[in-house]
Amino acid sequence: MKVTEEKDNVVIKFAGDSGDGMQLVGSQFTNNTALFGNDLGTFPDFPAEIRAPQGTLPGVSGFQIHFGNAEIYTPGDTYDVLVAMNSAALKANLDNLRKGGIIIANTSGFDSKNLRLAGYEESPLEDGQLQDYELYRIDVTKITREALKENGLGMRDKDRSKNMFVLGFIYWLFDRDPQNTLNFLERKFSKLPDVLDANVKALKAGYNFGNITEAFSVKYRVKPAKMPAGTYRSINGNPAMAMGIISAGVKSGLQVFYGTYPITPASDILHELARHKNYNIKTYQAEDEIAAVCAAIGASYGGNIGVTGTSGPGLALKSEAMGLAVMLELPLVVLDIQRAGPSTGLPTKTEQADLLQAFYGRNGECPMPIIAASTPSSCFEVAFEAVRIALEHMTPVLVLSDGYIANGAEPWKFPKADELAEIKVNIQTKPNDDKFMPYQRDERLVRNWAVPGHSGLEHRIGGLEKEDVTGNVSYDPENHEKMVKIREQKVENIANYIPDQEIEIGPEKGDVLVLGWGSTFGGIKSAVKELNDAGYKVSHAHLRYIKPFPKNLGELMGNFKKVLVPEINNGQLIRIIRDKYLVPAVAFNKIKGVPITKKEITDEVKKLIEE
Amino acid sequence: MAEVIENKQNGVLTAKEFVSGQEVRWCPGCGDYSILKQMQSVLPQLGVSKEDIVFISGIGCSSRFPYYLDTFGMHSIHGRAPAIASGLKSTRPELSVWVITGDGDALSIGGNHIIHSLRRNFDINVLMFNNEIYGLTKGQYSPTSPVKKVTKSTPFGSLDHPFNPLALVLGADGTFVARAMDRDPKHLQQMILRAHQHKGTSFLEVYQNCNIFNDGAFFSFTEKDVKKKHTLFLEEGQPLVFGENEEKGVKLDGFTPVIVDLDSTSKNELWIHDEKDYIKSTILSRFFEDPSVEGNFPRPFGVFYVKERNTYEDEICNQVEQMLTVKGKGDLDKLIAGNETWVIE
Ligand code: SF4
Repeated sequence: MKVTEEKDNVVIKFAGDSGDGMQLVGSQFTNNTALFGNDLGTFPDFPAEIRAPQGTLPGVSGFQIHFGNAEIYTPGDTYDVLVAMNSAALKANLDNLRKGGIIIANTSGFDSKNLRLAGYEESPLEDGQLQDYELYRIDVTKITREALKENGLGMRDKDRSKNMFVLGFIYWLFDRDPQNTLNFLERKFSKLPDVLDANVKALKAGYNFGNITEAFSVKYRVKPAKMPAGTYRSINGNPAMAMGIISAGVKSGLQVFYGTYPITPASDILHELARHKNYNIKTYQAEDEIAAVCAAIGASYGGNIGVTGTSGPGLALKSEAMGLAVMLELPLVVLDIQRAGPSTGLPTKTEQADLLQAFYGRNGECPMPIIAASTPSSCFEVAFEAVRIALEHMTPVLVLSDGYIANGAEPWKFPKADELAEIKVNIQTKPNDDKFMPYQRDERLVRNWAVPGHSGLEHRIGGLEKEDVTGNVSYDPENHEKMVKIREQKVENIANYIPDQEIEIGPEKGDVLVLGWGSTFGGIKSAVKELNDAGYKVSHAHLRYIKPFPKNLGELMGNFKKVLVPEINNGQLIRIIRDKYLVPAVAFNKIKGVPITKKEITDEVKKLIEE
Repeated sequence: MAEVIENKQNGVLTAKEFVSGQEVRWCPGCGDYSILKQMQSVLPQLGVSKEDIVFISGIGCSSRFPYYLDTFGMHSIHGRAPAIASGLKSTRPELSVWVITGDGDALSIGGNHIIHSLRRNFDINVLMFNNEIYGLTKGQYSPTSPVKKVTKSTPFGSLDHPFNPLALVLGADGTFVARAMDRDPKHLQQMILRAHQHKGTSFLEVYQNCNIFNDGAFFSFTEKDVKKKHTLFLEEGQPLVFGENEEKGVKLDGFTPVIVDLDSTSKNELWIHDEKDYIKSTILSRFFEDPSVEGNFPRPFGVFYVKERNTYEDEICNQVEQMLTVKGKGDLDKLIAGNETWVIE
């Protein structure tokens, strides 16, 4: 007799060799979980090498999913279930498995070779070191081969279906209907009947294995979450970013040009946009990062939305051209999907360490608005907003996301196209007076956008300092100072056209304000929620607009005795905050290429209150 | 020369209307003046309205050029003009886009953009003013300066082997390759016009005298007393003839070019210039030694090579069109919803 146990939330980590198909298992389980109605957060975590040596620790690829019957803000601090396809996968992840958690181990990944590669002298499955956990040994390879006896594929290809066996088993363990994966397999392998057959059979074998095997007496159920009514989908950060750009193009009526150069973890934005050319999009894989941003500037000069996307090293290469865009006062959007630096750093690990580069990393006085995404779905809004600001304020805009947001997934109550605001575009078509003045400004200090093709508007612009109003080259010292101030003020004026900063959760006045930006959102929010429930007077505010800051930010911080700024860097936002508001904010920094956990933040807040 | 063509807005344009009114700031006597003047006289002949013409430049003396023309213009950053032009042309294919660059701008800091622009074949015209020196930064050697050149940065002579610009352009599959000089205005005008007429990336190298930092670098090609001896003006379908009294010619012996005396060789045996012949054009591009040394080949001027090849902007637009035919105009709601959605009541 099998019993079903109710759980509020569960964290599963799928881990295997990078060739074991764990990312596919993770994303399929994510979609299934979302369709089932749980709230969720995910964290894929892959090696830097495409195929690191098999069986070794650097070759381990993982996918973490946290799902529950109430709101989920993070992929979870520790796992309840660890699926380990081989010895290295166990070794790399055991530290984060909670005591008493479940281990599902593929025994064929624990043969002498695999043990040696992972650095185990004896099999951890046998020597008793896992006695604090609930250990299930399954010979996934053998059972999968057995199930595929009749299938015409060769042994190697058959073995590639073992990930489906695992997925089937997990579906059984969490009492799920595997239908969405069956549909997915049919779409994906419609032209390869043998492969389809192998995957479907393996999936079913995994499911049935749970049903018929005595060893498994308990299955688990996590009831759907009470989420606001509406239509949902599952979304990752990078595709959301792409969709935000496309939507802004449609809503402004302009063509979008995306000039970019492949770089981890930003490339998926290019892959996504390249598929949607029927939305008035042109994508351009340039010869280098510099050419990518310059091509986008050329497109903007022609009256289109020029967008470029990259990660930290690429942002550094684009600096000079961004300065040109600041001088030209043309709309341009620069997406920086941050990764751990400096230099090549840890390309597949997350970090928020490009903020100061975004803020100050150009020659001269070179202000650019900066906005930051905080969750996968917020990438959509942020991209849309960046295009709006760029077009309405005639300025290049920097968007910060990071690898964690880019590859993470969450359920998204997506908007209808009608609900998205129209974006006003003001392309000038004829001179207002007899002589056209390219650097004449309106009350917001925004200049005219005169694009080639309109008679009477012929003019020359460039990177040399401009004379106020006429835009002619000017070396006049008074004029230079004036123009520096105008460009700064123009960006500062955007504060009048963005919403006030709100408190995410917690009281308006209290002991500690936890002020975050970017991908620390989930960790901070769940920590502050827990602290509120325990009676602490702590609040969470999360910045989307970093330059300019919302106008009420200083006042909002003033209502708290202390301000804590957690960041995945060595203290960047905090410098800007201290500089601008002279508040004695306290930093909490973690620079390990992984997100900040709920527990780390609760500990830090408590420490601060007790001080 | 083509006759003056009516302009869609302004009726007949003249060179004067292409003068921007900005004070020209090159050194007196600089070769750039002539190039500007020839450009201003050719532009009215193109049949393109002023507002549909865009000049994009990088950094250097030559890159001041757009300021002096009353068209749309952008004086951008060092070496990047071709990259900026690529985005503009991809999105506004109907515009006439000109890139103005120099030997340092195009071949040193912007070398990557030039070669990629050539292989993609945007329909743009690149004019590279070659003065074999850095002028704006006051006299350092450039990637086209000859070995041993003494400059401010090479007091004991340059060690760098220089680029042969047109050989580089041919190597990058440029589809229009030509050379002109500042001191032959008529020929320069013809070359500018030909560059415009070619659909694809036209690369026109213009020998330009920097009378301040590298005076006379090209005098052995440009000055009356030696010009005929040292230069070879290419004309389509015509034999390669040069010399004071056109007494010499070039013959091909297999793939080996040979200089012959027309006293002893008939014109019928000479190499007949064929702009469409890639192999011959690459041989021509290697006529790069100092022609004042006896036995060396004269320096060719004119159109070396022309090839019809699809332009990048046509291809990018075609692909968008094709996607529109196959998938229909994008439906934003469908895109945002994706493949799998669920409803929470
Ligand atoms: S430095 Fe040379 S190239 Fe520059 S403007 Fe003067 S003469 Fe011309």
